[in-house]
Amino acid sequence: MNELIGLAVVLLKAVLVLGAVLNLALFVIWVERKGSALIQNRIGANRAAIFGFDFAGLLNTLVADPVKALTKEDFVPPGSSRFLHALAPFLAVFPVIIAFAVVPFGPPLRVAGQEIRLQLADLNAGILFMFAFLSLAVYGTVLAGWVSQNKFSLLGGLRASAQMISYEITMGISIAGVLAAYQSLDLHHIVELQSGTVAGVLPRWGIFYTPFNWLAFILFFVAVMAETKRAPFDLPEAESEIVAGYFTEYSGIKFLLFWLGEFAEIVVASAMVTVLFFGGWQVPYVEVASSALGPLIGALVFGLKVAFFCVLQVVVRWSLPRFRYDQLLGLSWKLMLPLALLNLLATSAYIVWS
Amino acid sequence: MGDVRNDWQPRDVGDVSLSKTMVLNLGPSHPATHGTVRLVVEVDGERVERCDVDVGYLHRGFEKECEHSTYNQVIPYADRLNYVSPLINNVGWVLAVEHLFGIEVPPRTQYIRVMLSELSRITDHLTCLGAASMELGAFTVMLYLMQAREELYDLIEAVTGARITVSYMRVGGLREDLPEGFKEELLRRFEIIKKHLADADRLLTKNRIFQDRLSGVGVIAPDEAIAYGLTGPVLRASGVNYDVRKVFPYSGYENFEFDIPLGAKGDNLDRFIVRFNEIFQSMRIAEHAMRKLPGGPICVDDPRVIMPAKDEVYDSIEGMISQFKIVFAGIKPPPGSIYFPVEGGNGELGFYVVSDGTGQPYRVHVRPPCFLAMGIFGPLVEGYMIADIVPCFGLMNMIGGECDR
Repeated sequence: MNELIGLAVVLLKAVLVLGAVLNLALFVIWVERKGSALIQNRIGANRAAIFGFDFAGLLNTLVADPVKALTKEDFVPPGSSRFLHALAPFLAVFPVIIAFAVVPFGPPLRVAGQEIRLQLADLNAGILFMFAFLSLAVYGTVLAGWVSQNKFSLLGGLRASAQMISYEITMGISIAGVLAAYQSLDLHHIVELQSGTVAGVLPRWGIFYTPFNWLAFILFFVAVMAETKRAPFDLPEAESEIVAGYFTEYSGIKFLLFWLGEFAEIVVASAMVTVLFFGGWQVPYVEVASSALGPLIGALVFGLKVAFFCVLQVVVRWSLPRFRYDQLLGLSWKLMLPLALLNLLATSAYIVWS
Repeated sequence: MGDVRNDWQPRDVGDVSLSKTMVLNLGPSHPATHGTVRLVVEVDGERVERCDVDVGYLHRGFEKECEHSTYNQVIPYADRLNYVSPLINNVGWVLAVEHLFGIEVPPRTQYIRVMLSELSRITDHLTCLGAASMELGAFTVMLYLMQAREELYDLIEAVTGARITVSYMRVGGLREDLPEGFKEELLRRFEIIKKHLADADRLLTKNRIFQDRLSGVGVIAPDEAIAYGLTGPVLRASGVNYDVRKVFPYSGYENFEFDIPLGAKGDNLDRFIVRFNEIFQSMRIAEHAMRKLPGGPICVDDPRVIMPAKDEVYDSIEGMISQFKIVFAGIKPPPGSIYFPVEGGNGELGFYVVSDGTGQPYRVHVRPPCFLAMGIFGPLVEGYMIADIVPCFGLMNMIGGECDR
């Protein structure tokens, strides 16, 4: 009986997490379209409307776009494998959503004397799991570039692989110091550690956990933005240079899946930043975990923090011009990687001597 | 950069499966090749080994068409040469024909022509900078600049009734005078444009990513620029002080005070900044023209080119015949030929007109600045990366209508 209940709880959480990620991704698409319009003095998505109400463009992004994409011709370039062509967008979306499984989105829920962690998979090496699955997303991109039988796609795939591999290293090393400070890889435990305050003033969030974590945050945030392949790091799909990069030969729902993968990646990136550096579901100066409404407030706060970083990424994307291939790799290998190593060294020294 | 080449065929690379390079076809319909041009690029990874430019996709037979039109019928065609600065083409054409006639328009017309030329130059530069920044990923800046351009299009529409296909100039004058309150409107809108430009300046020219993308890329040495026949902002970015408005002043440009922004290195960043600064100089000229605008007629008093007043047409046989002859046979300049250059948005825009004394030109040739700029483009991008082709091309501001005619 207990096993059945346990299974039901896990299934419920799975549905909840999947729904949350996909809805947040759609929310980011909406923010992207309406927010960019706001930045650029435009109106933005407003064509789809029922009786004249467009619900601030939500109807467009949530209903009209997917329906349109589903009814489009599914074009497969001649000479390419139909199976691999369909596999690529799947590989771009699926690992990103899976990666969300280890994100703790609220303090533990206590029902009938049992503690339910608001986290789909309670892995003790959660952060490694996340990294592993985020790295898998590059295969979708590379495969799309390879299987499309198009020179622009090939260039896009090449750029994507070089970019994602370079930035993954920076990303990993930039948080090595942070993890050393937490002395844990369990994301749930990491969030629990971030309660209370530092010196009575600042919340004891990851960014203030050690004197060097702010540097780690900047490096990690930049690297994670490069992972999402959006401006200023949108070289794999730079539309003015290589048409649409690796998804040039994709249409309809397959194209939309790439898009969804990109936006899901934004959500996951924001969740990672929130969990590692901004206290996850912790509310500053208040202990939410102990109160009865804790899980609800915690989940809400976590959602707000994630939304904030999603919006921040959209704003960055619409403000900055694009890098060039060599500059992008130079930034990663010549500036960010040495800084990340330095940060690791400094944090380790701090941990040892304090 | 080697000799000037005239072959556009990609080099025979032999067995493609063994070659180290890949031939990439950018265009004719590629997001960056606005204006329809084909770039056949041989790339080694991301590096451009060789680039051949194939122009002519927008050839509409402008020059040939002129031979079957009267001199005033050419004016609408001239709009469509450089369609982002149509008024300058108008001015260039009518000035060439007026010089064939040997007539000079009244000072008020000269000032209005200068003012409208400068408005057109600003729209040209705004389009060029906007498109170039969009291609570098700064989509927001492009829209800010387009909003600034919209203010100017509103002004141009108030004067000419059209945003792009203006057909406003006439041989010997203008179609009509400026509308009421135009000066105040112009000054008000210039303030708005300056705000947009300040935004663009903060977002782009002071942005490190943007500077790194442009500086040191696509360098053209001054002697090279002269050898390839470059003119306009591209030439001035290389540090050569040549501007038709200063060297061969026309339409009273000698009465205006303005500076010629010059670049030092001749790279993309210099080209961007030269155009950016020219916008401010153009605004200065236009403001000056509006403040000092003389009164008087807008058309010359010459029955050879200007139609008689309507009451004369209706009340006198001479007036009616004069109107009939100008409409049907066209105005007839004395036999002879002339080359007349004006400073277009992209450089020296010259009209070579041969008249045989009839109502239609015997031969017309246009010297388009972009066509010559495309000559240097292939060698220019060699050795840079694919991503550099885009800003190099964007800041040349190749306009298909003008280049291919």
